[in-house]
Amino acid sequence: MDAAAQRAGGAAIRVEDLVKRFGSFTANDRLNFSVASGEIFGFLGANGAGKTTAIKILCGLSAPTSGRVEVAGYDVARYPEQVKRRIGYMSQHFSLYNDLTVYENIRLFGAIYGLSLSVIRERSDQLLRRLDLKEQRNRLLGTLSLGWKQKLAFSVAILHRPHIVFLDEPTSGVDPITRRQFWEQIYQAANEGITVFVTTHYLDEAEYCQRVSIMVEGRIAALDTPKALKEQGRSESMNEVFLKLTRPN
Amino acid sequence: MMISVHELSKGYGDIQALEGLSFEVQGGELFGVLGPDGAGKSTLFRILLSLLLPGSGTVRVGGLDPVRDLHALRKKVGYMPGKFALYEDLSVEENLQFFASVFGTTPAANYELIKEVYQQIEPFKKRPAGKLSGGMKQKLALSCALIHRPELLVLDEPTTGVDAVSRSEFWALLKKLKAHGITILVATPYMDEAALCDRVALMQKGRLLTVASPGEVVRDFEGLFYGVSGGHPYGLIQACRAFEPVVSVFPFGEELHVRFNRDDEAAEHLVDHLKSSGFSGAVVRPIAPNIEDCFMALMATENDLKG
Repeated sequence: MDAAAQRAGGAAIRVEDLVKRFGSFTANDRLNFSVASGEIFGFLGANGAGKTTAIKILCGLSAPTSGRVEVAGYDVARYPEQVKRRIGYMSQHFSLYNDLTVYENIRLFGAIYGLSLSVIRERSDQLLRRLDLKEQRNRLLGTLSLGWKQKLAFSVAILHRPHIVFLDEPTSGVDPITRRQFWEQIYQAANEGITVFVTTHYLDEAEYCQRVSIMVEGRIAALDTPKALKEQGRSESMNEVFLKLTRPN
Repeated sequence: MMISVHELSKGYGDIQALEGLSFEVQGGELFGVLGPDGAGKSTLFRILLSLLLPGSGTVRVGGLDPVRDLHALRKKVGYMPGKFALYEDLSVEENLQFFASVFGTTPAANYELIKEVYQQIEPFKKRPAGKLSGGMKQKLALSCALIHRPELLVLDEPTTGVDAVSRSEFWALLKKLKAHGITILVATPYMDEAALCDRVALMQKGRLLTVASPGEVVRDFEGLFYGVSGGHPYGLIQACRAFEPVVSVFPFGEELHVRFNRDDEAAEHLVDHLKSSGFSGAVVRPIAPNIEDCFMALMATENDLKG
């Protein structure tokens, strides 16, 4: 953790009264929450509830209408570049280049994050070994399966050892085994001190998070540990918690 | 018989996309095709729909040969591809009218069939299709696929990336369409949806691993499953995997599902192994596998991978 994050009292993300409006439509309506350093935080909600809008603001890609957002100890509105250097991002839409090889992708993103070639080489070797992708180093990315691409995209998103990694529906459409291998990658990253901020439509995955927030129509309708949410909602599963909150009738 | 496939294969250059597929789908059945990206689901669907030539083997859809009788076949089938494929610059209403007229019918003639779906987007009927939300696009695509009252509806991953609530609403709609007598063939990566099908086929790398009802998949599976909890999941996964007799370990909601070979008595000692590995609060309980456990086990056997 760097000095700025320590000043923030160990919180990786701190959001106060965040509002985002598009014309008369309020996409984010006074969001308040914080995410502890090293936490795996699940950011859930129905399609159109405002999750992607909030993530874009947290990553410094979009400005809030009002409110205050601190990421990795920096005010995102004032120091977006400081924030961008300390975060990783992986979108639901695949973010690597299909017409580059596996290694070329790693080198490109490593260079974008300002890593030296020797560091890129070293981390690339380590990453390919971990993923058991060494043989595929010079293969065009487009020839890999979606599951492998997503695992690689995650490794690339944390190549520069960010303080926080944002994962926007990383497991959509991925097979059940790969989905679980992906979560092991997440656990491993969290174990190494990276804060994980993740959205998903698989509610069993909500159970793998330390805390979960559920957005309904631009607002955070619930935020707690999966266990507490189930108890509060007198629900058997996170699926039931989610259904009760998003379709109260 | 709505679909009958015998020894179907299809290759693209060096890649074998489908290898010796044989199965049948009865009229009125809700039939699920499950499998990871690249398993060959879309290739299979496109051959059934006459959009792609088979390599070898026999295919019959509604008694017709998709190669010889393609024009007759296309009147009988409705298709919703995985990617939104309607005209984004036509309005909701215009898209529906267009697809109806292509099939020589009108939206009014089959309104009763699409009513349930279409009513939800009707307030936006003047809006260009490209300006709809994901959920609304999906409902429009379904309406257009149904507008000529097909005997067979083919849906390629209609719920991928869709939230849990909208998914369950979509499946409620499929049940209603089934009640109209329409045969439904649906591909999905969601194993919980498999349980809602009459029968399911599991595909991997161009081959069929199994075709059975969800109940049979679970009943016929040979293996011993335990639910494990009581510790940080990452550490607990590693500790379970370090126990030699364990076949596979997968996180499953708030528990880990640990599989042993059938009749492996060593399973009883898992809890002692975990306690001696520092997980003093470990809880191990025998569980019945669910369909996702069974499919993962079948897929893993194919992959020969541990965990």
